[in-house]
Amino acid sequence: MEHTSLLERILRGIALALVVIFFMFPIVWILMMSFQTNETILRIPPQLVFEPTLANYTALITGKLMTAAGTLDIAFMRNLWNSVFLSVTSVAVALLLGVPAAYAFARHKFRGSEDIAFTLLSFRFAPALLVLLPLTLYFQKLGLANTYIGLIWVYQLICLPLILWIVRGYFEDIPADIEYAYRIAGHSWFATFRKIALPLAGPGIAAAGLLAFIFAWNNFVFALVLASADKQPVTVGALAFITSSGIQYGQISAAIVLSITPTLALALYAQRYLVEGLSLGAVKG
Amino acid sequence: MASLELRNIVKRYKSQTVLDDLSLTVADGETLVLFGPSGAGKTVLLRLVAGVIDPDEGKILIGGEDMTDLDAEFRGVGMAFQNFALFPHMTAFDNIATPLQAKHSSQGTITTGVESVAKLLKIGHVLSHKPRALSNGQKQRTALARALVGSPPVLLLDDPLRNVDAKLRFEMRLELPRLLADRGATVIYVTQDYKEAMALGDRIAVMSQGVVKQLGTPEQIYREPANVEIARLFGDPTINLLDVKPSRDAKGIYVGLSNVQVHLAGAHEAAVGRDCVIGLRPEALAFVDEGTPGAIPVTVEAETPLNEKIVTLVRTVRGREILVSRPSGTPGQSEGRAHIAVDSKSAVLFDRASGERIGSKNVVNLRSGEAA
Repeated sequence: MEHTSLLERILRGIALALVVIFFMFPIVWILMMSFQTNETILRIPPQLVFEPTLANYTALITGKLMTAAGTLDIAFMRNLWNSVFLSVTSVAVALLLGVPAAYAFARHKFRGSEDIAFTLLSFRFAPALLVLLPLTLYFQKLGLANTYIGLIWVYQLICLPLILWIVRGYFEDIPADIEYAYRIAGHSWFATFRKIALPLAGPGIAAAGLLAFIFAWNNFVFALVLASADKQPVTVGALAFITSSGIQYGQISAAIVLSITPTLALALYAQRYLVEGLSLGAVKG
Repeated sequence: MASLELRNIVKRYKSQTVLDDLSLTVADGETLVLFGPSGAGKTVLLRLVAGVIDPDEGKILIGGEDMTDLDAEFRGVGMAFQNFALFPHMTAFDNIATPLQAKHSSQGTITTGVESVAKLLKIGHVLSHKPRALSNGQKQRTALARALVGSPPVLLLDDPLRNVDAKLRFEMRLELPRLLADRGATVIYVTQDYKEAMALGDRIAVMSQGVVKQLGTPEQIYREPANVEIARLFGDPTINLLDVKPSRDAKGIYVGLSNVQVHLAGAHEAAVGRDCVIGLRPEALAFVDEGTPGAIPVTVEAETPLNEKIVTLVRTVRGREILVSRPSGTPGQSEGRAHIAVDSKSAVLFDRASGERIGSKNVVNLRSGEAA
């Protein structure tokens, strides 16, 4: 008994270590790369000890990329700002539209409600590349190509279904009796939505909003096709580091570190809500 | 204040009919208890009155006014839910205050109103707590306070004592009638506990499968149950039900119990010669000395003292088991052979096939629940 449990513990330790190394290695490696020059990065064999440099970060922040072929202007900070703006606005719009819709789907069974809800979800099934070509043509006709509004609109394909379906589940978890009790007390349905349903589904709405934010932030292909340089988010902007004189691994790493920092910080901050919100019902107890 | 009238209410869920052409009138200030097994449609009925669900057919009148198409917030009813349905993110004070806030009362009025009803229900000391921090009894009182605070003319109480412990249930059973009478409100009270029904109801409506099977005072329901099912639901220990075939002789109508002819008082003409079930309340049976007219010989099987009363299980010579209940301290027999006699005035006869009461002159079988 003792023997097996010890063996078990050792095996579990090894397994856990493997998992941690597997998941953390790329991030740690990127963090290390971001403090190195291209030469030290490309050294064979790779070295764990190096002289750290902040050159990559300075290049990104000043927007001047030094390559062997000369100085190159990059718009990384602009891309970062675009990412923040597009993601925040998209999630805000999706929350504004999605939360009331989720409430309607959760509380009112009307003709075709399931079909509409499912259609909205099905936006997530369609491969983005399949949608993109017709979308590009439409957007050019409508004058929405290369505009923030157009991009935010397309980002609803990502955010809206996510928020709608997660938040709907939360509204459904609120016992109907609690809302009935508020109605019977003499309040309108809108007051009930605002004072009872919204606060009780709060953690779920926060979790859904955060997930939607991460998805929007990580999107690449919509912005690649539908936006030009000055509207592109970091995901697309990172392509600029593949220059004629080689791939700038150091700057790419620094760019990755900078671009995952906001989502990472947000996720760490909201981790409690995420785990609680996604696993537990909102109104237990 | 306001009377309440339901006219030919029909409610269906998909193909299932939950309430089937139900009509019911509750007089101003009356407490009507809806009693019945789960699934009888009691809660649905309350919700229809409250206005949170709509009937498929029929009308709901409160104080003579047609409220059928009015939303819940305009009906002016108070309701306490079986599962309390407190707002988990608000303190007990805010929970209770919601009906007053809806009326846009001033802060002072709200505070006074909440505090007085909280004092009445003895929860003044926990007003600042959230529902999570309240005991079940306190939750139940908070829910009740929320229903009472606006002094609604119609009060709907959906089995409010279901989820509280036995001691509190007993206390509340004593307190509630006075509380409700003081308010003067018209009350519909749903319960599955016959003692609660008997203690609280001016009248009791016994529901089963979406219809009112019997409507009457607690006394009527107990003495003259409309069918075997209702007879069985009321009373503890349960009523003795024995198969008999009444006959007639010179002295009147009698039934044979263990070869003893027991003559029945009351009008039972219609039962003569039919296959019947006789209902004998355990407290209508008593131990008697051998030789007493109508004494039935039995063997005592077991005795259960229940503090205020003693319940004895006896077996007749034909092997039928009968429960006899007597107050503690009265003479009886705890073992061996004994004799029992029947207080035949309280006997009720049911048709064996249908289970319906026979020859009931003052009990009307109320399919639609018109007043008897």
